[in-house]
Amino acid sequence: MSEAPFGRRLLEVTGNDELGAYRVLRALDPDVGGRGSTPEPGQFAMIAAAEHWGGGEEQRPYLPRAFSIARLAGEECHFLLEDVGPGTRRLCELRAGDGLWVLGPLGRGFLAPADRRRALLVGGGVGIAPLAILQDTLEHDTTVLLGFRDRSRAEGAALLRGAHVATDDGSVGHHGLVTELLAAELERDRHAVVYACGPAAMLEGVRAICEERATPAQLALEAGMACGFGACFGCVVPRRGGGYLRVCVDGPVIDAAELERIDEHAGGAGGTQ
Amino acid sequence: MTVEFCGITLAHPVVNGSGTFDALAARRVFGEQLRERFPFAAYVSKTITLEPRAGNPPPRLWESPAGLINSIGLPNKGLERYIAEDLPELAELLDGAGNRAGAEPVPLITNVMGASAEELSTMLDACDARPEIAAIELNVSCPNVKTGLDIGADPVQLEDVVRTVRPRTCKPLIVKLTPNTADVGACALAAERGGADALSLINTLRASALAPRAPRSHPAGAGNSGAGDAAAPWLGGGTGGLSGPAIRAVALAQVAAVTARVAIPVIGMGGVQSPGHARDLLDVGATLVAVGTESFRDPAAAARIAEGLHAMATRAG
Repeated sequence: MSEAPFGRRLLEVTGNDELGAYRVLRALDPDVGGRGSTPEPGQFAMIAAAEHWGGGEEQRPYLPRAFSIARLAGEECHFLLEDVGPGTRRLCELRAGDGLWVLGPLGRGFLAPADRRRALLVGGGVGIAPLAILQDTLEHDTTVLLGFRDRSRAEGAALLRGAHVATDDGSVGHHGLVTELLAAELERDRHAVVYACGPAAMLEGVRAICEERATPAQLALEAGMACGFGACFGCVVPRRGGGYLRVCVDGPVIDAAELERIDEHAGGAGGTQ
Repeated sequence: MTVEFCGITLAHPVVNGSGTFDALAARRVFGEQLRERFPFAAYVSKTITLEPRAGNPPPRLWESPAGLINSIGLPNKGLERYIAEDLPELAELLDGAGNRAGAEPVPLITNVMGASAEELSTMLDACDARPEIAAIELNVSCPNVKTGLDIGADPVQLEDVVRTVRPRTCKPLIVKLTPNTADVGACALAAERGGADALSLINTLRASALAPRAPRSHPAGAGNSGAGDAAAPWLGGGTGGLSGPAIRAVALAQVAAVTARVAIPVIGMGGVQSPGHARDLLDVGATLVAVGTESFRDPAAAARIAEGLHAMATRAG
């Protein structure tokens, strides 16, 4: 796990490109490759616009937002955004030259497959982000299964190579859930290892399918957070056997065997979109 | 700009609010840099209870206008494991923290909560025996097991509890006052009469939020991209506590009301984001200032605020 520099840093936005319904926000991070802060796949950062973060009728956003690091390109760090609230909307507005507060890289990332098992990457919606940097770093071929709500969101699949796509409305690829693609894939190859990230309902589907087949699975959980470094205890999910795990420091990548049923509200931070 | 607080010398007047900075978790995230750039002049632990607590069911957070509502529920490993596991690790971290050559360790203030005077007495006995602990803070925002009323909200009850537990320790005893009371000044006076060495305020203001009522385009949990709505309380714990800039003006008024009534030192907190906000609390009589929710936005915020206060003092002097 990479250690994060202590304190938030002001980075410069180098671009913010449309990708269907999403945007890819790029920022120059001169610490990448130096000072031991190169992000590992699955790690995340707390990010906020340097200007106009807050204000407006709702006096929000106030807290920074947790985003997986989607890709590294040299010293450029990429984040995948979807406009779903005042924080993500403001981040979507950022343009080259704007300032971006970044705290990170944070959390525990994905572990590479222990043996020569095939890696099955399963993503849903904006949750496909950490799978892109994971695919970049895995040495062997991966199978990529991605689920989206509709055609414009399915354009996000371009972030990964060779993705099989499912859509809720059937506009692209398989008409149905990405977990149906996963079940079929595991029928063909029982020895795969699953890496997944997406909304709670999808992750719960992945967890249940993998548990049933005793397939190892690493799940990157989405959670609204106040701090991202273990201070607030706000982003918890129930731990199998009792108690809670903090998504920020015990995750965001958590072995599926450590998790109870993944509830829609687990890890939820209302209004931190 | 050293400060004397209950016989303890602090490097500067900025500490953390209880429950807003987990130094041991931060050590794992930021490594040695946390020790080198430790932002607080004293470190206040999160609330410790006699028995372990898992905390409230999620969701636990809600971002509100210029603030945060939390309903965490005081998760902690319980007194026994705190003393056995955390104290040695905290003492090691705080020894030499702040990179001040030859300096004393950053003092540790342990925050404890109990549902009765008996429970608190047991905890104070245990804390009193530990040299790693410099001072004890009582979280009295806890319902009394017998009456169901917050101990800290009623001056009579508060004075009684503080007076009962006071003899259990010779370490400085800080009472953290709740703002959810009719007359915070009367509560402050009651804590002082009961034998408190210092007061800290404000704790969070009781607050609630309803789950969003966004239209749902898919049946529950069926879609690839998820969605959520329900017209019900959002927080798993029902209600929560509001913090952040939204409460700063309330904090200033309550700290001023308290310093006007008591002679003991006061730790002022509530929405501090800048050196100017900290200066305001000192100007109305606080001896120390605590940074809380702002550390969530930037873990190094308190260091920036302490440096800014120092610069203001230098300019003024």
